[in-house]
Amino acid sequence: MQLLKRSCRIIGKNLIKIVSLLLAVSIIAFALVCASPVDPVQQYILGLGTAVSPERRAAIEEYWGVGQPPVQRYLNWLSNLLQGDMGESSLYRRPVAEIIGERFVNSLALMLCAWVLAGVLGFVLGCVMGMYQDRWPDKILKKICYILSSVPTFWLGLLFLMIFSVYLGLFPVGFSSPIGVKSEDVTIWQKLHHLILPAFTLSLMSFANIALHTRQKLIDVLESDYVLFARARGETELEILRRHGLRNILLPAVTLQFASFAELFGGSVLAENVFSYPGLGSAVSAAGLNSDVPLLLGVTLFSTLFVCVGNMIANVLYGVVDPQTRGAER
Amino acid sequence: MKKLNRRAKTLFLCLCLGLLLLLVYVSGILIPESAYAPDFMAARLSPSLRHPFGTDTLGRDLFWRTVKGLSVSLTVGIVASCISAVAALFIGIGAAVGSKRVDSFISWIIDLVMGVPHTVLIILISFVMGRGLKGLLVGIACTHWCSLARLIRSEVMQLRSKDYVAVSRKLGKSGGWILVNHLLPHLLPQFIVGLILMFPHAILHEAAVSFLGFGLPPEQPAIGIILAESMKYLSAGIWWPAVFPGLTLVLIVFLIDKLGDNLRRVLDPYSAQE
Repeated sequence: MQLLKRSCRIIGKNLIKIVSLLLAVSIIAFALVCASPVDPVQQYILGLGTAVSPERRAAIEEYWGVGQPPVQRYLNWLSNLLQGDMGESSLYRRPVAEIIGERFVNSLALMLCAWVLAGVLGFVLGCVMGMYQDRWPDKILKKICYILSSVPTFWLGLLFLMIFSVYLGLFPVGFSSPIGVKSEDVTIWQKLHHLILPAFTLSLMSFANIALHTRQKLIDVLESDYVLFARARGETELEILRRHGLRNILLPAVTLQFASFAELFGGSVLAENVFSYPGLGSAVSAAGLNSDVPLLLGVTLFSTLFVCVGNMIANVLYGVVDPQTRGAER
Repeated sequence: MKKLNRRAKTLFLCLCLGLLLLLVYVSGILIPESAYAPDFMAARLSPSLRHPFGTDTLGRDLFWRTVKGLSVSLTVGIVASCISAVAALFIGIGAAVGSKRVDSFISWIIDLVMGVPHTVLIILISFVMGRGLKGLLVGIACTHWCSLARLIRSEVMQLRSKDYVAVSRKLGKSGGWILVNHLLPHLLPQFIVGLILMFPHAILHEAAVSFLGFGLPPEQPAIGIILAESMKYLSAGIWWPAVFPGLTLVLIVFLIDKLGDNLRRVLDPYSAQE
């Protein structure tokens, strides 16, 4: 009962924060775009390539509130946004909400695969490093982790593309489905086949972080008195890991994984660009390069929401599920 | 030769790394543009003694382009992380010293900046500032101060509860005097290490954002741009523009990371005497 109340309070607090952050991001992003030399109306018409009727132009101008003071324009835009109208992309000629919805599914598949892979791989390797502290498996893996954290994601993607796709021909060079096949005919296996390389690249970026964190936590646990006592009782190392280690390190690792949504999204922008994967990340860079203001604003807000939800889950996990913080009031 | 102890060894290593970075930086400034000018007779050469990294499709020597690009990267890294670190210092101290409201406001701002994925935020800022070096610098400087500011805030919080600060206050010293004489000397090592460790991040972001096509104009030599160009010719079997510049970037980033780690070991009083 108390737990329920507590979790409600934490979730409520976080929801208020998310709303305030989203509002602030929308204000800042809108102000920035207003200050930029790009005129969204002009851009839209330019992108069309043909002359527009005066009525159409008036409709677009009304959407952006041309001729009104900035605050009024913002409020206008915001109320449209809240009704689900995020404007029309000048690059893809479709409503932004539709594009985001469609591409997010692609991105989600990619990020989810990478996230799970990075989590599992990082956690297992972190455990191995912790168990073999300062012996050769630990030393080698630690070196790999350090090197990986200074390798740019996109370069790694390039290398993989070169080795596995161009030379070995094991994986397709890009896109999320085979070229020349209708989207209805694409099988799940083909999709997965296109997903493996980007997901693996993306997961390599974040796995070092979680592995090093898990390693440190496990070492802390293994140095504690209760593990010393367990050793004295004659427990094997595996038993110690299972009984004392995992319980203490699993939750912080999961929390950390949820809190890393920002890096995940940032990495997916790069990975999707390298592999020409049609997700949100490639949409945002295309939007920036082609001055597609509505799409840029939309993806910025959406990615903020995505990151904030991840942070909220991390906070809730930390505050509610973890027995060590559960007992302490506030 | 007298056997060096660990501290001397670390210092020596730091010095070497610093010199190497300086060398890359200076040679990047000094090399004339003719070193990487297009030469269509020598296009698409694979690595040889004359062109250690090979040449690209326009016949530009990739080694010199890479060095030049690295020096641009280092400049961006230095400027952006200095701005970022100084901002972090002020914001962190402000959060720790200010009232509760100021503190929660600053932590809200930090959440705000952390809430937008950095790549997206840099793209947005760079888009608004019309792409180019300036947008890149501002974007990177705006996104990298958060974790250092948090670190400095918690450090100042800890220092403020120390006895000697309380004694100073009882002796009637002003807040500014305490800040300069008690807090800053403690913060300085943290600050320097934070600054150096911010550096690789800044460089990686610079490369990533130029790779995406924001940042520097395409005719400028920058690692990100070389790599973006190399993507087009990947399926034609031209592998060297992708491999070598990237490898150099990784090496530089790794070295700076190591430099920061070693400096921390020397500067941190808990591990300095090991």
